[in-house]
Amino acid sequence: MNPLELHGLTKHYPGFTLDLSLTVPRGYVMGFVGANGSGKTTTIKCALGLVRPDAGTVTLAPKSVIGVVLDQPSYVADWTVATTGRLLSRFYPSWDADRFAALTDGAGVPSKRRIKELSRGMGMKLQLAVALSHGAEFLILDEPTSGLDPFARDQLLEGLAEFMTDENHSVLFSTHITSDLDKIADYVTVIDAGRVVTSSTLDDLVESYRLASGGPDDLPLDLSGLVIGLRRHRTGWDGLVATDDAASLGRHVQLEEPTLDDIVVRIAKERAHV
Amino acid sequence: MLSSTSGTPIYAQIERQISAAILRGDLAEGEALPSIRTLARDLRVSVITTTRAYSDLANDGFVTNVPGRGSFVRRPDAALVRHQMEAEIDGLFAEAARLALLAEIPSADLHARLTTALTTPEE
Repeated sequence: MNPLELHGLTKHYPGFTLDLSLTVPRGYVMGFVGANGSGKTTTIKCALGLVRPDAGTVTLAPKSVIGVVLDQPSYVADWTVATTGRLLSRFYPSWDADRFAALTDGAGVPSKRRIKELSRGMGMKLQLAVALSHGAEFLILDEPTSGLDPFARDQLLEGLAEFMTDENHSVLFSTHITSDLDKIADYVTVIDAGRVVTSSTLDDLVESYRLASGGPDDLPLDLSGLVIGLRRHRTGWDGLVATDDAASLGRHVQLEEPTLDDIVVRIAKERAHV
Repeated sequence: MLSSTSGTPIYAQIERQISAAILRGDLAEGEALPSIRTLARDLRVSVITTTRAYSDLANDGFVTNVPGRGSFVRRPDAALVRHQMEAEIDGLFAEAARLALLAEIPSADLHARLTTALTTPEE
């Protein structure tokens, strides 16, 4: 069974409507990307039952097999790392205290340190340690790398790579730092303004767009509608096009494979202009 | 050795390096390859990437994928290998010809370059 399925999920806020469906396939890493304010966190909160959706269905794996990593740990600020582990262990019959110690004290997160005194990197490691110590099979990560130095970020990605050696494990990885996903994501869902723009394997997503650029006279007005996030400048223009539309732009246009960043940025830019 | 800036997709780089190792004899017939998930972890790439590399290698006759047991090196079919090599060489020659025409390098010069390449192999 898939660890998370959202069908027709809607949530209205003043000036913002979330309306999407999303499936995280078991055994894979689903990247979840979009600009700030696109609805990633609202989606995750609906999935976890922290926000009540207006409509739609949420099918989530049992709470006991879910691990959550947020940009900051949501444990009691005055507790120490060791106390946090001890108290959490009561909620999880499968708690592995040795593993918790190894992943915290043994990995640069002092057990006597209070939650509020942890650096960003330590906070991330603690949350991952909690998830892995109670035998989580499905990790939900919401902007786990924001504010992390490159070394701590690398440690997270290494932890995820290890986690995914089990074919029953799955990850939903929400981030606006798309380079987190460049290699490790199997699938990517791009959302914008509360809606899914595209959801496919990372390879197919990158294949489905081309980054086009040309000189000032290379883009007739009637074709400019094909270009997503069009940027015009003195010596020409550039923007994203669907690979299927690329040929109709003419042979003077230069086409390149976009990065995930190019795709997210141009899609967000396109909406900002409308 | 994987490069994320070479322009060649990661799965194709994995395929190329494994098939080259098989052709060189570095991987013997019947030898087990690392599992799809172990390889993904070691290379820090997605499971889909290594799955695709292994399934392409199986389609090309280099490995056999046994569900539940893993992937094993096959003795490469000589005719098949030759056919694939020829197709790759044709592609590289077409690219070389395109560049030669672009730079107006005479045909004799191009042939001489091939001779040089053949007598001073890489590695």
